[in-house]
Amino acid sequence: MDWALPPNYSTHGVVIDQLFWIIFWLTAAAFVLVEGGLLWFIFKYRSREGQKAHYTHGSNKLEVIWTAIPVLVFAVLGAYSGTKWAEIKNASGFPPDALQFQVVGKQFEWNITYPGIDRQLGTADDFTVLNQFHFPVNEDIVVNLESEDVIHSFFIPELRVKSDAVPGMVIPVWFDSRQAGEFQIACAELCGLGHYRMRASVTVHETADYEAWLASQATAQ
Amino acid sequence: MATMIAEATGQAILTEEHKQSFLRKYIFSTDHKVIAIQFLFLTLFFLMIGGFLAMMMRYQIAWPDQPIPLGGIFPESMVASGYILPEFYNSLVTMHGSIMVFLAIMPMLVGVYANYLIPLQLGAHDMAFPRLNMYSFWIMIPAGILTLSSFFVIGGAAGAGWTLYAPLSARPDLTGVALGQQMWLASVVLIGLSSIFGSLNYITTVINMRAPGMTWFRMPLTVWALFITAILGLLAMPVLSAAGIMLLFDQTIGTSFFLPEGGGQPLLWQHLFWFFGHPEVYILILPAMGFTSEILAVGSRKPIFGYKAMVWAIISIAFLGFIVWGHHMFQSGMNPALGLTFTISTLFIAVPSAIKTFNWMGTMWRGNLKLHTPMLFAIGFVAMFAIGGLSGIFMASTPVDIYIHDTYFIVAHIHYVLFGGSLFALFGAIYFWYPKMFGRMMNETLGKIHFWLTLIFFNLVFFPMHGLGMVGMMRRIYDASGYRHLEGIADTNALITWSAFALYASGFLFAFNFFWSLWRGKKAADNPWDATTLEWQTPSPPKHGNWAEVPVVYHGPHEYSHPGVTDKDWLAQNERPDVPSPAGGH
Amino acid sequence: MAHAAAAARAPERGLDVYTQKVGMWVFLCSEVMFFAGLIGSYVILRFGASDSWGQPGEVLNVPVTAVNTFILICSSVTMVKAFAAAEADDQKGIKLYLFLTFLMGAMFLGIQAYEYTELILHGEWQGSHGFTPQAGLYGATFFTMTGFHGFHVFLGVVCLGWAFKRSLAGEWGPKNTHGLEVLGLYWHFVDLVWIILFTIVYLI
Repeated sequence: MDWALPPNYSTHGVVIDQLFWIIFWLTAAAFVLVEGGLLWFIFKYRSREGQKAHYTHGSNKLEVIWTAIPVLVFAVLGAYSGTKWAEIKNASGFPPDALQFQVVGKQFEWNITYPGIDRQLGTADDFTVLNQFHFPVNEDIVVNLESEDVIHSFFIPELRVKSDAVPGMVIPVWFDSRQAGEFQIACAELCGLGHYRMRASVTVHETADYEAWLASQATAQ
Repeated sequence: MATMIAEATGQAILTEEHKQSFLRKYIFSTDHKVIAIQFLFLTLFFLMIGGFLAMMMRYQIAWPDQPIPLGGIFPESMVASGYILPEFYNSLVTMHGSIMVFLAIMPMLVGVYANYLIPLQLGAHDMAFPRLNMYSFWIMIPAGILTLSSFFVIGGAAGAGWTLYAPLSARPDLTGVALGQQMWLASVVLIGLSSIFGSLNYITTVINMRAPGMTWFRMPLTVWALFITAILGLLAMPVLSAAGIMLLFDQTIGTSFFLPEGGGQPLLWQHLFWFFGHPEVYILILPAMGFTSEILAVGSRKPIFGYKAMVWAIISIAFLGFIVWGHHMFQSGMNPALGLTFTISTLFIAVPSAIKTFNWMGTMWRGNLKLHTPMLFAIGFVAMFAIGGLSGIFMASTPVDIYIHDTYFIVAHIHYVLFGGSLFALFGAIYFWYPKMFGRMMNETLGKIHFWLTLIFFNLVFFPMHGLGMVGMMRRIYDASGYRHLEGIADTNALITWSAFALYASGFLFAFNFFWSLWRGKKAADNPWDATTLEWQTPSPPKHGNWAEVPVVYHGPHEYSHPGVTDKDWLAQNERPDVPSPAGGH
Repeated sequence: MAHAAAAARAPERGLDVYTQKVGMWVFLCSEVMFFAGLIGSYVILRFGASDSWGQPGEVLNVPVTAVNTFILICSSVTMVKAFAAAEADDQKGIKLYLFLTFLMGAMFLGIQAYEYTELILHGEWQGSHGFTPQAGLYGATFFTMTGFHGFHVFLGVVCLGWAFKRSLAGEWGPKNTHGLEVLGLYWHFVDLVWIILFTIVYLI
């Protein structure tokens, strides 16, 4: 196993991976500081003959320093995370011309409803396919997540997208893929005894191929 | 409540060493020390059970296509022709979490040590309400029986995860588990009641029963931590009880609080659960921080670095702990605008934990470190808790959480906090207070071996899980094959499972040491660690009523290596009023 | 502060009240959180599905419950009187007021039982006959919240009966008021919760 995030193909994924690695290096520094410090202290101050501990109740100056530094770091990290989060998740900011799909989770399958050739959900040419999600590359995709029974979670690792599907709610999720390819939807929320096998295939087509696939489905319907 | 009113009429006050029947003295005892020891045996038993469930899970994850050894001894409803069934796997996941949280770690932290230490460290004869205290233990027994027997009822034990997300947990037809889930809920309501009785006792005792001179800022940090923990338990557990009862009604009498078909809201369950659940996380870590502070001061022969900062850190963690619950729900479909609020509060709750970590290091700095077993576990706690704390920052950053939520990264994080944190500190506490509890020392060599095995195998089990999470392995999956992004993790999972077996086995080394020392351990002195707090200034084990004469306190709790004391490197809280010491803090 | 030797000999007390009273206050804090959990859920569920709630008086019998509320408030007054009588060593008063409190608590439960029976047998709600816990969120929240409150009243009535029995033996008096005071705290709390429940469940 490689200690790595899987290759990323989505626009949001760039931000997510970048933040992941920023936090990774920040925490790695803190990790070295703390663990290294502990090891150093264990070695340096281990009890020896005639050694006496230094009597102190602490230092206000140090307390202020090591309170202020995390506060500053976290404030910056929080503000940056919050901004990016709002860009990714706030439905009011989703591109209005995004291609919309409806995805309904159900023990233990994903039902994907396609907008058809007219690119509009809720029209006559919509059709539903079980456990197969096809969409075009380089296009904004909005999936309206629903569930028929329990809570599922819609997870495509390579596209860095994850959101719960909750019965009684419609949850819009925005993402894209910048490269054609084959991926999988996994269910990330325990949903019953078939949770582990609740997966669907994801095919990201070049635009022309997507249209061809749509046409083939239209004739099959 | 009736008990409290009865006790208010002044019927039950002890202190005198009266003749008691065996039953009153060891079984239905109201002595806080006996109750603590009862809790200790109970929780060690459940720790073993919870661990065993984890071993079965690990086998399944590592070798999903191989039958489990001795699978034949299990009923067909759990293991069919040698293979663990997926529904049984879900029960294992659920019950491992539930048992560890509600029947092992939480009652071990508070049931054992709040009970044992609060009166002893404060110089009180017993708890404020001894009979209520006894009930808080005995309520745990039916709760434990319900939990264990739920495995054997039709449909098996609860299988919706320890977080019990509705509607999976609310509609029996979705899991096939009906009675098991209801027994789980009944058990948790009982545990809640026990915990509320306990908290009530601890809080009242700390507020009003401190020995003369034991001012707020002379209380040992353990007591501070346990006191704040009790407040968290008091305020959080009732919310879980209310939610649990509503869920039980959904299951049994056909209401629909959490079922969308009847207008209910699945997310309401999550809000209620995590409103309890996040304070619960701190219930599980604050006492561990208290023990660690105590043991680090004793082992370093130094006062706690920044005692007051530590106290304020505990208090602010408790306060912030009530307003961060939403960070468990970033991907739940909750209004994303709430995400920012919860990110900020979550990142800020990391600050007091950072302060505590730095102060622990400050305590060790220029110390005279005695690396005995309790001290090793305390240092181990700081080292492991730091990793758990740092990995939490990934989740607090909402965009990153999109990817790592519900993956093994979370599993790694929670275990670094709960095992590397709470359980390391608990091992330290057991080794440390064992001589006071039982009058004998645990074997030091075995203790050290136990520490190193635990440290090594713990990290071999849980550190690679960060990697599994990065690769994208989902939590709670019975079989990872069939996922393209999860190809190539089999070796890692096998390594983790072998290490988990070794980790579990090293627990038996501890158990052997524990029971062997009960009879064969070296006789313990009253104060074997040269410690300053009050519990060490009375015989090991203390008699009924704790003190022949109530101690008077003159000093802060951790006066080690005081320059005004030359004959030894410690100054007990109740000795030498002629030696001036800072009034706590700086 | 430098010389800790000046430490007082008296035990340290964070609150200048006796232990049982502290205990009751602490216990009531947890009760507040329990009812906050129920009431909070009620508010969220009702906002989420306001059309499935009845208008005030449509299903629930407000006048009868108003009388019941009045009875419970009166019982808080007599509870205070009982405590005052104990402080003044008025043995007759103790017995009288404890009995009245007990009686009114029991009456409250009786009227609530009558209300439940009527609702379940003859209640009319959204076309169905009988208003039960299964009658949508409205029925479920109504019976859960008032039911748990009723359970608390029941516990209080049991304790009041016990206190009354002791009063017959003359056990309460100026030297022994704590039990009554602690019981009184609980009783007032139960009363207060009812006033909130009456407002949000029946009147709004």
